[in-house]
Amino acid sequence: MEDIDLQIQSLIARSLRGDGAAYGQLLSLLAPRLRAYFIRRSPDPSDAEDLVQETLIAIHTKRATYDPALPFAPWVYGIARYKLIDHFRRRGVRRHVPLEEAGVLLDQADTEVGATRVDLQRLLSRLPARQRGLLEDVRLRGMTIAEAAPLHGYSEGAAKVALHRSMKSLSASVAADED
Amino acid sequence: MKTDDLIAALALEPGFPGPGRLAGRLVLWSGAGALVAAVLTVVAMGPRPDLSEGPGLASFMGKAGFTLTLAAAGLWLTRRLGQPGVSARRPLLALILLIGGGGAAMAVELAMTPPSARAAQLMGHSAVSCPLVILGLGLLVLGPALAAARRLAPLRPGAAGAAVGLLAGGLSATAYGLHCAESAVSFLVVWYGLGVLATAVMGAALGARFLRW
Repeated sequence: MEDIDLQIQSLIARSLRGDGAAYGQLLSLLAPRLRAYFIRRSPDPSDAEDLVQETLIAIHTKRATYDPALPFAPWVYGIARYKLIDHFRRRGVRRHVPLEEAGVLLDQADTEVGATRVDLQRLLSRLPARQRGLLEDVRLRGMTIAEAAPLHGYSEGAAKVALHRSMKSLSASVAADED
Repeated sequence: MKTDDLIAALALEPGFPGPGRLAGRLVLWSGAGALVAAVLTVVAMGPRPDLSEGPGLASFMGKAGFTLTLAAAGLWLTRRLGQPGVSARRPLLALILLIGGGGAAMAVELAMTPPSARAAQLMGHSAVSCPLVILGLGLLVLGPALAAARRLAPLRPGAAGAAVGLLAGGLSATAYGLHCAESAVSFLVVWYGLGVLATAVMGAALGARFLRW
């Protein structure tokens, strides 16, 4: 996501010169990415908005600790992860928050991606493991059925049938969820 | 409050001033604490009698060189630990080298001392009080230094507190050197080192509490 890095750098450069609009834009750019990050990692997604706000405030009050000569992603990722750990600590939950590549935060191009992925993971988890693996390879990773079938112990024909069944049971679960 | 409203409110104060000012503040506040510690040392305990003479002055300068370098490592470490997204590996490495250097110098000195005189040299005349006084003076420096460090954003507040404690302990040990006439390297490394370490431990305990954000 080179685009987003460039955009962020130019917004930072402008807000350094006291441009409030650019600074607001920068925060608006971060908010949905923070939201996606927290929704995926917090056990209770309704906490995500509080975490987004806390993190934005922390970014603001601690902005003097950012050195404009250094990359922005690791700084903002460090703050978001700290706020997530702090959130668990205050809830008395002991939970390991893995250290990821700082890029995960900014690279979420689509603002809806975080929430959608949670739903998708939940639905997929209801499928048997073998069907799920096949479906992920074909529908999410873009492999052909011929490529993916042997990886999961299917013949090509059986894989087609399994895929069809998986999609059917997925749409049944979606329908059940919406009731 | 809606997130968009929050952003609009925050956007009224734009800018990324950069961490230079934070470091300056840390130096200023811990320096003020060190000044108080130095004045207290001279007024309450008195300067070492040989401070104005050649060998005494050289001994003071040598010790101050070591303890000020410890303080500088503490400052460097504090800056790195207080800044999200940067690595503290280099200041940590510097600190390890410094301690290793002190240990090596001590080994050389002990090797050159007759075995029967080693214990007396290591213990000097003030082995027990030295670390306690350094810790006591160190707390005077630690207070303002921690207050300045609250502006930082340490991802590990306890570790950052220990770094602030190293800064405070190094400065306090330097101030105490104005009074203490011990000049053995082994005394410096062990007893001054213990006082600085104790201040760093206090810093870790206080930092875990007061450097959260």
